Amino acid sequence: MSKAKKTVKVITIDIEKCNGCRACEVICSSYHAEPKYSSNNPARSRIRVIRDPLKNIFLPVYAGEYTPAECMGRNKYIIDGREYSECDFCRASCPSRDAFKEPDSGLPLKCDMCEDDPTLEEPLCVQWCLADALVYEEREEEAEEEPKQEDMEIGLRALADKYGLKELVSAVARMAQKE
Amino acid sequence: MRYAEAGYNLEVDLSRGSIERVETDPKLTELHLGGLGTNSKLLWDRVPPEVEPFSPDNLLIFSTGLLVGTPAVGANRTIVSTISPQTLFMAYSMMGGFWAAELKHAGYDKVIIRGKSPDLVYLWINNDKVEIRDASHLQGKGALETADLITAELNDPKAQVAAIGLAGENKVYFASIEQGRSSASRQGIGAVMGSKGLKAIAVRGTKDVFVARPAEFIELCNDVLKYIRFREENPIPGVMPILAGLGSPQEMAVYDEKWHTASFAWGNARVRRRNFWTEEIEEKWTNEQKEAVERLISCYNCPLECGAVIDYPVLGISKYMMKCFSKLTYTMAALTDSLSFGFDIAGRAQEYGIDGFSAPQVMAFAVELKEAGILTDEDFKGCPSDKEGRFYWLLERIVRREGIGDILANGTYWAAKQIGNGAEEFAHNNIKKHEQVPIKLGMLNPIYYLMYSTGEKINITQIEGQFPQAPFPTRKEREDFVKDWFQVPDEKFKEYFVNWEPRGEYSMPYYPGIEACCEIVDWMERMHYIDDSLGVCAGLSSFPLKPPYHIHNYPKFVSAGTGIDIDEEGLTKIANRNRNLTRAVNIRRGMRRADEKPPENHWRRRFPELEKELLDAYYKFKGWNKEGIPTKEYLHELDLAYVSEDFERRGILKNEQS
Repeated sequence: MSKAKKTVKVITIDIEKCNGCRACEVICSSYHAEPKYSSNNPARSRIRVIRDPLKNIFLPVYAGEYTPAECMGRNKYIIDGREYSECDFCRASCPSRDAFKEPDSGLPLKCDMCEDDPTLEEPLCVQWCLADALVYEEREEEAEEEPKQEDMEIGLRALADKYGLKELVSAVARMAQKE
Repeated sequence: MRYAEAGYNLEVDLSRGSIERVETDPKLTELHLGGLGTNSKLLWDRVPPEVEPFSPDNLLIFSTGLLVGTPAVGANRTIVSTISPQTLFMAYSMMGGFWAAELKHAGYDKVIIRGKSPDLVYLWINNDKVEIRDASHLQGKGALETADLITAELNDPKAQVAAIGLAGENKVYFASIEQGRSSASRQGIGAVMGSKGLKAIAVRGTKDVFVARPAEFIELCNDVLKYIRFREENPIPGVMPILAGLGSPQEMAVYDEKWHTASFAWGNARVRRRNFWTEEIEEKWTNEQKEAVERLISCYNCPLECGAVIDYPVLGISKYMMKCFSKLTYTMAALTDSLSFGFDIAGRAQEYGIDGFSAPQVMAFAVELKEAGILTDEDFKGCPSDKEGRFYWLLERIVRREGIGDILANGTYWAAKQIGNGAEEFAHNNIKKHEQVPIKLGMLNPIYYLMYSTGEKINITQIEGQFPQAPFPTRKEREDFVKDWFQVPDEKFKEYFVNWEPRGEYSMPYYPGIEACCEIVDWMERMHYIDDSLGVCAGLSSFPLKPPYHIHNYPKFVSAGTGIDIDEEGLTKIANRNRNLTRAVNIRRGMRRADEKPPENHWRRRFPELEKELLDAYYKFKGWNKEGIPTKEYLHELDLAYVSEDFERRGILKNEQS
């Protein structure tokens, strides 16, 4: 594969600055509603704040790749006297937990940095974080080009994992007949 | 399709153990919006005046505001309404936090509790699945502890829990409902919850909340955020730090307590300690606060950080969350110099679930009665003699209703009646039987006179607001202040303020003039009623100077959010309707002009004739008769003909009178 210049979008998360308000979840779910901003539902957000005030845990985490597999991630991290589960930091939409899944369909969610046309100056979670716990920057990196897995494909993959590929194919066939 | 609201209430009868999901009438939203407005409607329709606060027939309503669950910044309030055991009038205590949004996402605008469970229970609302669950294992547990235990047993850390502590279970008349960093504290609504055998309501919701005109709505939200940022960067010059910014007074972030400590009345709302704030105290208190506050925290979808996690390992208490003024109330009431004491006892009080305003006053009242010989050594048997020790001892007695605590648990008004022997003189800081903020001042302030007298919340912070509390010293400062004061409903308010002098002809009590005072109070109150129906925190709207929500953008929020097109006039009419319906509930329960007065010693310099004129004028301005009862004509104008008919049937309004 060829090397190419790639703009890498980075959000720096300062957990000491997070006040736990979850505005990031609100604006994320609202932006990704169809039509845009037509509904709000933090359960659909692609960012979530793990919030346990009395344990001083305020941890915004972004949704990453979907994975069909459970993992062994039950270890614990102690950072500055606070205990986190390994799972807390993980971005995956996975079978071990209900995070980063559409609440009704169970389809996986993934942060897309609010990529859209026209491009937003900054992802909206960053814009709505007046505490500056989320700070956005772009930098150039060299990276190997990879074909991008389309959203639909990710969704189909998840449905196939849930119901089996055969079931999925026959369901699609049935739907196609009814059209 | 319903916008902004869920369109369903949850009706729970704890006597029968029944749970119903009931669709609401969209017409009521058009008439009352939601929150306090529709709560008042429910109490009017379903709780006749003969119903006692602890009767199974009393309703306990947990309501979201209309905009809760939309992206409207700071729209996170739960408005809890019932009949208060203390005032015997309608109570509508409110809380921020995360509970209301969770309820809206579960698909409900309100939870309406009636009846009385024979055993202690809690309610678990998980979207469409709602259960009444046994809470016998939670009996006597602290409010925060209960929330922890419930989320653990439900295995759902995202569930939001509103709970009572021991004080609520024991029906203390100033028991609160606690919810993490927030609480609905005033007027004993926690006692009503306890009387129903309801320990907690846990809720989890994952449904969508829709807005009618998305692009327009989000633009309004972005403008609000932008203005909040502007106000954070540009505090109001020339006012004390707690008044310079937005939010509820920033007690957790601000160290300078000169104004509170020097201006407020310590002990049983008695003593001004004008020279209390020395360099030594400032240093000590700053250090104590820095040590105690672990992190400043916010409510749902609000950038203001009005609360804090308190972690103070030197104290014998677990971590908890605090906000606002309870930092000072216990310390000041106990007349100690220790802020640590305040942090410590407030933490304990929060687990027990009692109001941080009333509780310290009740304790200071008891101490005074002891010093006056009205309460005896026998009443205080076993009580330590030091100031702080006495308060800890009293706290434990009150929340358990043990010994003298059983009487004190009814608040200063009722306790004084029970104790007799001159005790009534010591319950001196009440309005309508309810303990007020402990402040005693010199010159009558005509604006505050009206607010104290007529506020239906019976609590000054729920009527005062964005008109400055006092004139700025120079005309130049006042002119500068009004330059970007676009929140005013009318330009004349700028003139009232610019001309307002600290001394001389244009000073209090005769300036602002009577008509101007009426208009100012009406404006401030109107904004509170709008906030309380929409569920927007007063800290971003009616309470601080120059807030991001105001009468000019609120109609747009309502229109774009709900699809109900409304202008300033229409919104004002709804606010008036809600205000009068709330008052009607109290009028029907016997509230009259004689009840509408500030504590006698609130100001040293009083002007009985002027005060009478002020109240007469304000009643007239509001469309009320001389007794403060809304007139038939005005009720008809507000589409509240059914209220005037009820008033006539009961002889409250006579045809010739109205």
